[in-house]
Amino acid sequence: MSGYLIAALALAALMMTFVGCARARATQNGAAEKTHSRPIYHGLNAAIWTGVPAFIFLLLWLGGQNSVINQLVIASFPGAENLDPSARSLILSEIRQVAAGNIFKEPTPEIQAAVAHLKSLQQISTVAMVAVVAATMAIGAFLGYRVIGNRYRARHSVERSVTYFMMFSSFVAIVTTLGIVASLVFEALQFFAKVPVTEFLFGLRWEPQIAIRADQVAGQGAFGVLPVMFGTFVISLISMIVAVPTGILSAIYLTEYADRRFRAAVKPLLEILAGVPTVVYGFFAVLTVAPAVRSLGLGLGIPSSPNSALAAGAVMGVMIIPFISSLSDDALAAVPRAMREGSFALGATKGETIRKVLLPAALPGIVGGVLLALSRAVGETMIVVMAAGLIARMTLNPFDAVTTVTVQIVTLLIGDSEFDNPKTLAAFALGLILFLVTLMLNLIALRTVRKYREKY
Amino acid sequence: MNIMSEATVEKALDQKMSDANFKMVGKDVSVYYGEKRALFDVNLNVRKNTVTALIGPSGCGKSTFLRTLNRMNDTIEGCRVTGKITLDHSDVYDPSVDVVELRARVGMVFQKPNPFPKSIYENIAYGPRIHGLARNRDDLDAIVESSLKKAGLWNEVKDRLHEPGTGLSGGQQQRLCIARAIAVSPEVILMDEPCSALDPIATAKVEELIHELRANFTIVIVTHSMQQAARVSQRTAMFHLGNLVEENDTDKMFTNPDDQRTQDYIMGRFG
Ligand SMILES: Nc1ncnc2c1ncn2[C@@H]1O[C@H](COP(=O)(O)OP(=O)(O)OP(=O)(O)O)[C@@H](O)[C@H]1O
Ligand SMILES: [Mg+2]
Repeated sequence: MSGYLIAALALAALMMTFVGCARARATQNGAAEKTHSRPIYHGLNAAIWTGVPAFIFLLLWLGGQNSVINQLVIASFPGAENLDPSARSLILSEIRQVAAGNIFKEPTPEIQAAVAHLKSLQQISTVAMVAVVAATMAIGAFLGYRVIGNRYRARHSVERSVTYFMMFSSFVAIVTTLGIVASLVFEALQFFAKVPVTEFLFGLRWEPQIAIRADQVAGQGAFGVLPVMFGTFVISLISMIVAVPTGILSAIYLTEYADRRFRAAVKPLLEILAGVPTVVYGFFAVLTVAPAVRSLGLGLGIPSSPNSALAAGAVMGVMIIPFISSLSDDALAAVPRAMREGSFALGATKGETIRKVLLPAALPGIVGGVLLALSRAVGETMIVVMAAGLIARMTLNPFDAVTTVTVQIVTLLIGDSEFDNPKTLAAFALGLILFLVTLMLNLIALRTVRKYREKY
Repeated sequence: MNIMSEATVEKALDQKMSDANFKMVGKDVSVYYGEKRALFDVNLNVRKNTVTALIGPSGCGKSTFLRTLNRMNDTIEGCRVTGKITLDHSDVYDPSVDVVELRARVGMVFQKPNPFPKSIYENIAYGPRIHGLARNRDDLDAIVESSLKKAGLWNEVKDRLHEPGTGLSGGQQQRLCIARAIAVSPEVILMDEPCSALDPIATAKVEELIHELRANFTIVIVTHSMQQAARVSQRTAMFHLGNLVEENDTDKMFTNPDDQRTQDYIMGRFG
């Protein structure tokens, strides 16, 4: 029903665009004074008046009707006032199931009566909704039509509506983010009710395999985040060691040395690198890089495990090369030609110009790119899940397996999980930490970029 | 008896002067940007300790010629130079010439002030550092100070040497760029419309500076202002559509030019 209604609204708005346009043209023809807005704005304005208020009504109605109907149904259910909330919601869901035709057992007469009540309420609601929306639309169309005239500032009105719409859009993004953070914090707080914050933050052991059921045999469980953070740190460090020099040097080569044809061929290739799904990088890390790293490690006489920090970190480094190189590339290309010429005119070589003028001038952009890449590395999941390992160990041996925050979140949440024991809740605490770390990195990145942005 | 015609005598004199007085000599200089030819066999000599002004309508090739003198055109992809340009009798385009050294001898100041995003001090110290002109910090300080003094900027910036050069006014920035060019002790300074981004007062300061610099440097300046050419230069060269139309003493050029096109341009009839 609401689908048809929305279509009807859109159609009406479209029609009003033409009608309004035509009327504006008619009033403007032969008018003595100069008209304020072009006809199309009058048309758009009429369309907005027609469609938008009615649409908002529709949304509000759709959002509110269920809970209102639920209230009414449960209120008329015999004996409901004596039930606790969870029992009520059980009854409600049964009523709704039956109404939708999913009957598992013969419903009681009370339920049947309630179902009939529900259905009639729904019908009333739909009719009322159509009536209200249609009325709003008609009134809007009438007002929008009547207001058309030479003096009316339709353009301003339309632009204001557009501004509101943009405000609304950014609002949606912000609210969503806040919602995510709130849910993270909420669950994490539940975790901290079971495990002290200090133990979580400073504990040196991470053994989340505790008994979920009484008959399981498992360890005591330890939730110290440090070994896990350490793994994330080691792998990110390795990936940056791989990606930062490669990315920056390739950007320098591409912007300053490569001829146009080479550049045109290589840039898309780098972009492809950025487009490879991380799962594929994961395969590559497990099947190709990890064995090679292992045999290298064994060859060197270093204890090596099949999964290693080095394999995961190196592949992750390859994954983030395109970020660093394309942001550095942009930063270098943004340094004006006049800087280069100024330096050349003083007798500087290309190398001196790059080192002493271009890189310092492009540094903020490059640092920003590196920090953004770092926050990517910290939050990256798939590669490490496949190639890093599961055991939380504080080791600096890159040939050894380590685990990361993201890997632990995944393993904690995999399988049957109830959201009331520390094991699963720990995932949210880890998520919160991860979120805070990447948020900080992003903030620092943005601030460096802004603070040191050079005026050329 | 061998009576030489007046023209031959003049030519012989010119020849003689070239040995003594010509700092740079351009012979049959042509420049191509890809397929497009921007200069047609230009023969133009630059005299020592003289200000030579290049004038002409927009797009006639003034900047192009100026940039051939220190091979700045090398930095433009697809640009090709033919003919011969010498600096103190040695070919500038000879394969054995080190462009870096050449540019240290023939400095350049651009149309838009382009200080580096560094401090005032570092802007000046940049050139001397890369050429190893200073043995220690004191030397460098001395070079910075004397360059800024020669550029007439010292009093305005001596208390803020370590603030960014980009924070100066447009006129100060341009004088900073001139100081930067002076700091590597070039022999020739090329200036491409150095005052076009400046107000009249800043322009007057830069013109005064050019006047003083003439004692120690050879200067070639591109300008769109006839008054400026008349004020600062001793020799003037007029370009039109990639050709050198006329090159003469500035006084003669602005009172009684040989070529009709010069006359028309100076009178503002085209351009
Ligand atoms: N990088 C370039 N690539 C291609 N053509 C160029 C380039 N630079 C200049 N030209 C062309 O060469 C011709 C001469 O240009 P030039 O910049 O020397 O003129 P100009 O006399 O300095 O003009 P203006 O007074 O406007 O600065 C013009 O036709 C111009 O379009
Ligand atoms: Mg020019």
